[in-house]
Amino acid sequence: MAKPSTTGARLIGLFLGGCLLLNYPLLDLFNRDASVFGIPLLFVYAFGAWGLIIALAALVLSRRE
Amino acid sequence: MASAYIVVLISFAYVGLLFAIAFYADRRADHGRSLIANPYVYALSLGVYCTSWTFYGSVGRAASSGIGFLPIYFGPTLMALLWWYLLRKMVRVSKANGITSLADLVASRYGRSELLGGIVTVIAVIGIVPYISLQLKAVSNSFAIMLRYPEIAMPAKQADIPLLADNTFYIALLLAAFTILFGTRHLDASERHEGLVAAIAFESLVKLLAFIALGLFVTFSLYHGPGDLFARAAEFPGLERMLHVDGQNIDYTSWASLTFLSMFAILLLPRQFQMAVVENVDERHLNRAAWLLPLYLFAINLFVLPIAFAGMMAFPAGDMDADFFVLTLPMAEQQVWLTLFVFIGGLSAATGMVIVETIALSTMICNSLVMPLLLRLRPLNLQDRADLSGIVLFVRRAGIICVLLLGYAYFRLAGEAYALVSIGLISFAAVAQFAPAVLGGLYWRGATRTGAACGLTGGFAVWVYTLLLPSFARSGWLPLSFIEQGPAGIALLKPLALFGLTGLDDVTHCLFWSLLVNAGLFIGLSLLGSPSVAERIEAGRFVDGGHGGGANSSVEAWRTSATVGELIALTGRFLGVRRAREAFTAYAHGRGYKSNRELPVDTALLRHTETLLVGAIGAASARAVVASVAQEEPLGMHQVMNILDEASQTLAHSRELEQKSMDLERASAELRSANRRLQALDRLKDDFISTVTHELRTPLTSIRAFSEILHDHPDLESGERGKFLGIIVKETERLTRLINQVLDLARLESGNAEWHAAEIDLRDVMEDAAASVGQLFRERGVTLELALPPAVSPVFADRDRVLQVLLNLLSNAAKFCAAGTGRAVMTLSASAEALRIDVADNGPGIGADDQAIIFDKFRQVGDTLTQKPHGSGLGLSICRQIVGHLGGRLWVTSSVGHGATFSFTLPLARAEVESPVAATASPAPA
Repeated sequence: MAKPSTTGARLIGLFLGGCLLLNYPLLDLFNRDASVFGIPLLFVYAFGAWGLIIALAALVLSRRE
Repeated sequence: MASAYIVVLISFAYVGLLFAIAFYADRRADHGRSLIANPYVYALSLGVYCTSWTFYGSVGRAASSGIGFLPIYFGPTLMALLWWYLLRKMVRVSKANGITSLADLVASRYGRSELLGGIVTVIAVIGIVPYISLQLKAVSNSFAIMLRYPEIAMPAKQADIPLLADNTFYIALLLAAFTILFGTRHLDASERHEGLVAAIAFESLVKLLAFIALGLFVTFSLYHGPGDLFARAAEFPGLERMLHVDGQNIDYTSWASLTFLSMFAILLLPRQFQMAVVENVDERHLNRAAWLLPLYLFAINLFVLPIAFAGMMAFPAGDMDADFFVLTLPMAEQQVWLTLFVFIGGLSAATGMVIVETIALSTMICNSLVMPLLLRLRPLNLQDRADLSGIVLFVRRAGIICVLLLGYAYFRLAGEAYALVSIGLISFAAVAQFAPAVLGGLYWRGATRTGAACGLTGGFAVWVYTLLLPSFARSGWLPLSFIEQGPAGIALLKPLALFGLTGLDDVTHCLFWSLLVNAGLFIGLSLLGSPSVAERIEAGRFVDGGHGGGANSSVEAWRTSATVGELIALTGRFLGVRRAREAFTAYAHGRGYKSNRELPVDTALLRHTETLLVGAIGAASARAVVASVAQEEPLGMHQVMNILDEASQTLAHSRELEQKSMDLERASAELRSANRRLQALDRLKDDFISTVTHELRTPLTSIRAFSEILHDHPDLESGERGKFLGIIVKETERLTRLINQVLDLARLESGNAEWHAAEIDLRDVMEDAAASVGQLFRERGVTLELALPPAVSPVFADRDRVLQVLLNLLSNAAKFCAAGTGRAVMTLSASAEALRIDVADNGPGIGADDQAIIFDKFRQVGDTLTQKPHGSGLGLSICRQIVGHLGGRLWVTSSVGHGATFSFTLPLARAEVESPVAATASPAPA
């Protein structure tokens, strides 16, 4: 079981990481002509990073239950 | 127009279904089996965040700016990660304080200020009005589009249509009626609406499914999957740039500011507050919702880009409003049922928002604006009315109608000039104004009412100037020159480039200036002023709210993931592990569990833990310590201060105790030694009495013996008889002397002796003494020498007593000196404060052990059993008493074989000294 204080700390870490992932300049790295399975890289990245954050949040918040 | 009936019919049927759900949920709640008491319904109800803006507007936004619609959902996703702290605290504080709206929260925080409640209400109502108008626009447009089915055409501009012929007006009224039926059927103190929440959750589900259904249809039926769709879009003229962020469609500054803006929106929009805080059933639902809501947002946005691109490829002419691709796409494909489903989804999105938002606003208007005013109006005498519920309900309903009509008015005035998303952003910027006052209020004790009021007002004014008024100007309600040249032509005051700040989009520009003014005033004025007592109390309750809501029993609100083991370990740290385990096991048995491991970690157990700890570390510390384990929050500064306070109090207390026990110890030591002295004195008294009787018996025995001889032998010759009589007389004298001395000593000791103090010259006294004992010395063959200074200051003393002392010392010297070689010297010397007399002899001397006791009564040097006593043993004792009484001291210096010197001092007479009795010198060690 996660220690009480770590859940909050992990979420804050995730928040900071999310702020970085979903903003300039990291976002701009994927802002180019490339595609994954025909889907533009930017879209894949934006939704991918978003999904990742949600998954990690779910993980952090479920592990304590 | 047959389809018109179908559309209207289906709309009403859907609304009917919502009512049925709400009714059912209310019934279930009445039976105690709440439908909404689970995290999934809670998360879905929070999906009220997705309105027409999302359902229709996102596609429109995507069509103009690619992924530029996303920050509005990234913000909530990120903020949801902070719910752990923020929203949970808001929920706790609100539940603990019975808060039912955002205005209530702000007003309560700053000392139950009606003014602040009013300000927040006004800002919320005016700020949300554009948002409501957005929903009206979406519903009315979607209706208009549906009604023309199968023809695909955009509805006419509303501004040209007279009021009574405008569908939107009736839609607004219908929505008002709908909301009134939903939200104000009855009054509830907690302002909770179980049925409403169930219906909203259902609507969230419907809009999600509708949108995903359309997305799947577009992506996989119209195209061969997303790859195909995007590949074709990339080849489509003019769409290529939508695949990137290129500064034309959206720049990173706007991106960041929209993320920031929407972070506040998810927390501070009245409808989000209503759903997340007021309608919250169980705080634990937050943990699940914190990732379920982002997941919901993720899912509903997944197909926005495919639909947007498909729409732009399907309607390349640009005559179709991209906001309504969601409807026009399935229409163009002749998908009747899908179109209807999507329409219902859009209706869900709009009605959900309007219902919850207007209910939240009407609660604010009623509780924080109208009722305080009505209650103040004396002529109405409302305070005296027993039942105000009728009035309250009326105000609520009127509030709902007003809000919707304001929304409609804004829609007529400015709605046409903007896309859906742009209208919504105006409201977001208004709501962001609550952030400093609310968040600052929750975490900063120093925040003051003045700061909050001025910050809110200032920020709101800037918002009106830089965002609301320009929206009026854009739609021609104000002259366009207001934007382009600034008011009265002052370029610096141009509302969209205030003080020459350019390069930002409208919303970011407004956000910067308004929050600058808002936070600046809030922080600045809070720092300059100081909170009143009421504010400080409330501040404590709010800032500490996360730790259990202040002074009242706090464990109530605790939700914890702590295990029994942790609680035992925690208690063990203060009580000892064994005791802690025993206490918990006993508690477990008491509640019917086999072992403490089986105990559920619930409120009762936490309280039990707290109770166990209170005894050990005090209430505040116990609460804070249990909270640190139970609440998964670090100890706040305030808690730490509390603990320190309590600890230092305890410390001071124990120090006091220590001091007292030391005092007691000292006192008991004194008592003990006093007791010892008393016992010694008692023994001495016994000794004294036995000695005295012994001393008395000796002369008495000889007197009696000689008297008997004289009596039995009357024929004794006269020489013999005279000798015997002489002995009898001598023994009688000795007896008298002894008795006199005993009496003298008793008088001295009891302080009853008579003193005749006068100024005397010690030299005279000493000469008299020497003369008196001259005969004795001569008889014993001891020489006596006097060493007197030529003149000394007089002393204030009793001459006879001093003489008595001198005679005693001198006769002692004579007694102990060997006959013939004996020599005694009496010396007088003067110091600054006293005269000193020494009587030195060259006798056998006194051992160190004896020196300590010779001044005691009846103590005589030598073994009294084997040697004949040289005196009564009271002389030195009497001398010491006398000298002590005269303010001097008497001591002896001697060593065996080298004679002894008895010395005593007498203080010099001083003018101010009236009686030598008063000038008692401190007793000095001999």
